Formats: sequence, structure tokens, C-alpha cells
Amino acid sequence: MRKMWSILPMLLLAAAMVGRPGLADAQMLMNGAGATFPYPIYSKWFEEYIKVDPEVRFNYQSIGSGGGIRQITERTVDFGASDGPMTDEQLKKAPGELFHIPTVMGAVVATYNLPGSPQLAFTGEVLADIFLGKITKWNDARIKALNPSATLPDQAIVVVHRSDGSGTTYIWVDYLCKISPEWEKEVGRGTSVKWPVGLGGKGNEGVAGQVKNAPGSLGYVELAYAITNKLPAARIKNQAGKLVEPTIESTTAAAAGAVKSMPADFRVSLTNAPGPDAYPIASFTWLLVYKDQSNESKGKALVKFLWWAIHDGQRHPAALLYAPLPAPVVKEIEAKIKQITFSGKPLLAAQ
Amino acid sequence: MAADSISGVGTADGLSLPPRAVSRGRSGLGDRVYRTLILASVWLVLLLAAGLVAALTWESWAAMRAFGLRFLVTSHWDPVAGEFGALPFIYGTLVSSLLALLIAVPLSLGAAIFLAELAPAWVRPPVAFLIEMLAAVPSVVYGLWGIFVLVPWLRDWVQPALGRSLGFLPLFQGPPYGIGMLAAGLILSIMIVPYITSVSREVLLAVPGSQREAALGLGATRWETTRIAVLRYGRSGLIGAILLGLGRALGETMAVTMVIGNRPEVSISLFAPGYTMASVLANEFTEATSDLYVSALVEIGLLLLVVTVLVNGLARLLVWSVGGPARGARG
Repeated sequence: MRKMWSILPMLLLAAAMVGRPGLADAQMLMNGAGATFPYPIYSKWFEEYIKVDPEVRFNYQSIGSGGGIRQITERTVDFGASDGPMTDEQLKKAPGELFHIPTVMGAVVATYNLPGSPQLAFTGEVLADIFLGKITKWNDARIKALNPSATLPDQAIVVVHRSDGSGTTYIWVDYLCKISPEWEKEVGRGTSVKWPVGLGGKGNEGVAGQVKNAPGSLGYVELAYAITNKLPAARIKNQAGKLVEPTIESTTAAAAGAVKSMPADFRVSLTNAPGPDAYPIASFTWLLVYKDQSNESKGKALVKFLWWAIHDGQRHPAALLYAPLPAPVVKEIEAKIKQITFSGKPLLAAQ
Repeated sequence: MAADSISGVGTADGLSLPPRAVSRGRSGLGDRVYRTLILASVWLVLLLAAGLVAALTWESWAAMRAFGLRFLVTSHWDPVAGEFGALPFIYGTLVSSLLALLIAVPLSLGAAIFLAELAPAWVRPPVAFLIEMLAAVPSVVYGLWGIFVLVPWLRDWVQPALGRSLGFLPLFQGPPYGIGMLAAGLILSIMIVPYITSVSREVLLAVPGSQREAALGLGATRWETTRIAVLRYGRSGLIGAILLGLGRALGETMAVTMVIGNRPEVSISLFAPGYTMASVLANEFTEATSDLYVSALVEIGLLLLVVTVLVNGLARLLVWSVGGPARGARG
């Protein structure tokens, strides 16, 4: 018993040390949460940013876009992150005006497993009909017409999709919605949807694992994942009627093509973007920040970081297989960051 | 044994004469503190359980109001349209766990009987150790093994063979994807074998030697001795071991999610992809944004709890109904 009483003060002391804001005196801790897709580039940025501003430390929890939106809405984090833009309804629930700041871009590719690994090409219509279960065989006339030189077996197409809610799925079905009215009506867009056909694999690795193992399967994964794992990636016909290979450059080209019609809040889908070189299944990923910051010093540090991320930070994405933002988009984001305020005062006047 | 010592303390405390007579004052306080601490920990556990149920009910209220009992019997799961029905998940959880038990129980009991009754003494510790080590393998490792080894094997060999020989049964019809209910049941069975085996082995080892000697003395063969004197004696313990395995199978998430195919449909065929309650939570909770969607997922969590409690309750009833008379005869 006596032992326990002697432990108690020690426990209290330990608790006090954990709770003590001592660390924050020298360093500012910036909390963020959200999308898993950009997590590798964000952690690279947070690491690099120490050299720029050693006072700021970041704590980013990659809990998924849904969690990021919930947490920034409840103001439990300083910034959120999402792979899909927030809906009007979600924005209304937030206690203040939220900005979407695009940071990098990603693309989604169609990958497949066929004997001889031919290089295939698809149109959005054909992909939509395969995922609707209307095209069921590899030697279907419409696939053949797009790939006259490939040998296509008389084999059932095994459709593989993500089973976990994911921004990758959102980009994929958003594209199918734009191409196929039937898809939009029957299935719609979301991070999880009711798939008409197919098997669900958990994560990129689940989809890729199933596609790699099962001859005749067709699935979709992130561009970065397809490149690092050397998966076959189909060329897709874009709005301009050109067959485009998924690459970092063709992904950036999608944003450049969409820049003319870019809405002021950046809540824009880049799928099926115009432009001759644009890969049609691409998307921004966003950081979510409040227009009016509740803490002056934290707000200042945050806008400084955002400014760095869209300028110097853009050197890093390509090495990690994300597409950097095109220059005209960076110009527009600059204007947005300048609008971030603390009690009405702009936080980034002197840039 | 444990029960005896606890009740022993209880009577001593109730009579209160001998211990207090020897040591006074401080130990009286000590007893009271001890009693309070023990009671507090019991209450804490109960409160936690009650809090869990309350929180789950509260969070799933919106879905309960929107769908009512329909939630349990419809199989429409469409997050975009905001329509949710949990039947495929309940079905998948029950069928995959049942399948796992069908495979794992004979295997585990066989292994336990071998280790406790038949194996030479020098074989027992290393084999028992190896089987227990299986329980320490993380479930994601089982899942990866499932994707890369078990699923291709099922798709290329087992399912075509089953389709050819037993294809007239609706259980073994449909295209052989490899991934699906069969793969989930198999991987679950492998995961619960170590639990059932090692607990069963302990139960069998605890059967008094006099039981065996009596049976052997009456002229029973080795198998008859095991069946009549050992298994019968230990059956409530053995059912407890199986329940432990069942609990693990009902709640297992990662490995199942990786091999079951994650398709919310009720299908009789074991070749078809399915879905479990734990899997849909793991898959969809992180990205669920609309309130109704989150609420429907929480309701699935609550249902998983209810199903687990119901299945355990039923199994316990089973234990009482078979174990009651035997225990009476023994006591």
C-alpha cells in the first residue's frame, strides 16, 4: 500500500510533464489530419520545411479525407486535407469560411492482367460499360476496335475495385460520371459506391495484388503506385480525342487545360479536362484551412508554409511521383493565400 | 481451484474472528481498501461495457430512425444514394465464422488429443510451442499470405476440382475467383486453430489421471478411454475453447477483408465474394462523410456486438444443456 502512495506523486509529475506546454515555447506544433493519398509528399514537405522555419513542427494524421473534413469542421486541427472537394452542404456546417488550397496532383490508371501484357487503350465509354457489367469479355468488339493489334482472349473480364473508401475511387467514378450518363444515374460519385460488378480489394495493394494474380482482371490504382510497381497502365482517350499515356507530365497538363474554367474556390474536378495532352483521370488534392484564422502566430506560420509549399515545395513532388502544379494555377493560389486573415487583417501582406 | 480460494477468503472475512484477532487496525483498513479497489475495477469494466453500448446506440440513432428494422433484412448498401441495409454483412460474418469452425474444430481437437494423450513426451513441448506461435502471427500477415498463396491455389486447383465433383450443390457453383467466402473461411480457420488447440490441450491435461486409469481398468481401448473418460469429462472446457475461437473469427477484420472480395451480396455459393461486418467498418469508416452514412456504419458496429453476444449466449446455453448433468454427476 505504501508503495502505491509513493508512486502516485511520480505519476502526477509525469502527467504534468506530458501536459506541460514547455516544448511549444520554443516550437510551434501545427496539427493536421486527412487524406492518405498525399501523405508521402506532405511528410517530405514537413521534413524539408524544418530547414526553412525550424520553429514549426507538423503533426499530420493520415486518417482519410472524411476524417480530415470532420476534424477541420470541428476545429480540432489547424488544417485538414482531402482528396475530394467538400460539398456545399459540408461547407455550410463549418463554423467559418473554409479555403481549398490545391497542393499537388495525382492520377488514376487502369491496370490489367492479360497474357503477353499487350499495351491497351480505352475510351471512357468502354471503361464505364465494363464497370457497369455491360461489356463482359475481353474480345468484345468495342475493345477490339480500340486495340486492333492486341490479341484479346475470349475470357471474362474480372473487374477489381477498391473496397475501402478512397479518394482514388472518387477520381475514378467522377470520370465515369462525366463520360457515362448511365453511370451517373445508376451509381453516382463518392469515395465508396455501390459497384454493379466486381471484387473489392483493400487499398492500392489489394487491387494490384488481385490484378497481378488473376489473369483477365482489370482494376484501377494510383499512378504513383502503378509506376513504382511496374504495372501495365492503359492509355485513355481524352476530351480532345487523343490517346494519352498516364505520366506526371500528362497529369500536370490536365490542370493546365482546366485553368481557364477554374472556379475561384478551386473546388474543381480535373477529370476529362480539355487540352490535347491532358490525361483525363487526374485530380488535385487539397489542404483545408479557415479563411479567418483563430490564432495569429499559428495563422502566420500556416500561410508561410502554404506559400512555401506551392513555390519551393513544388520541387519535391515529381521524385515521389506526384504531379506538380502548373504555373498559371500557382498564380491563382497565391491570390487565395493572400486572402487568409486573422481578425480581418491579412496574414501574408509582405510577400 | 480459483473459486475455492476466493470463497475461502470470503468466509474468513465473514466470520472475521481469526484474522482480525491476529492483526488489527492497519489490516482492517487494508481490507477495506482492497475491497473497494476490487469492487471499483468490477464496476469500471461494467461501466465501460455499458458506455460502449450507450455510445454506439446514440451514434447510430439516425440510422435506426431512418431504416428501422429494415436495416437488418435489406441488402442494399449504397453510400451515394444514402440507402443502407446490413443483411449481407451479418450473413457474411456468420457464414465465414461457421465455415471456419467447421474446419478448425476437428483439426484442433485432433491436434489437442494427440498432444495431450498420444504424443511421446519429448514431442509435446516443441509442437505445442509451434502451434501457440501461430497465434502470435499478425493478421495482416495471414491476409498477405492469403492473397499471394491461398487465393491462387484455391482459384487454380481447389475450386475447379470442387466445381467438377460437387458442382451440383449450390454451394460450389459460379466462376472460381479464388477470392471469396471460401478463402475467408479457410483463412479464419487457420487463424483460430492455435487458440482452440492450446486451450483444449490445457483442458485435456487437467483431466485427472484417475479418470483414464478407471477407464483402462474397465478394459477400454485407448480411443474409448479418450472418448469416454477424457473428452466427456472436459467437454465444457472444450466448448469454452471453441467459443474463444468463434469470438476471434467473428471479430477478425484485416485478414478477412483482404481475401473475402468485399461485395455486399448474399450468395449461397462459397465461391462468390462476400462481406463481413468488421470488414465494412474497416473499409468505409475512414472516408464516410455524411451523417447518415457514419450512423449506419456505427449501427453495424452495434450489430456486431449484438451478434457476438447472441452467439456467445446461445453457445453458453448449449454448454449448460450438455454440461449440466455431467457436472452434477461429477460433483
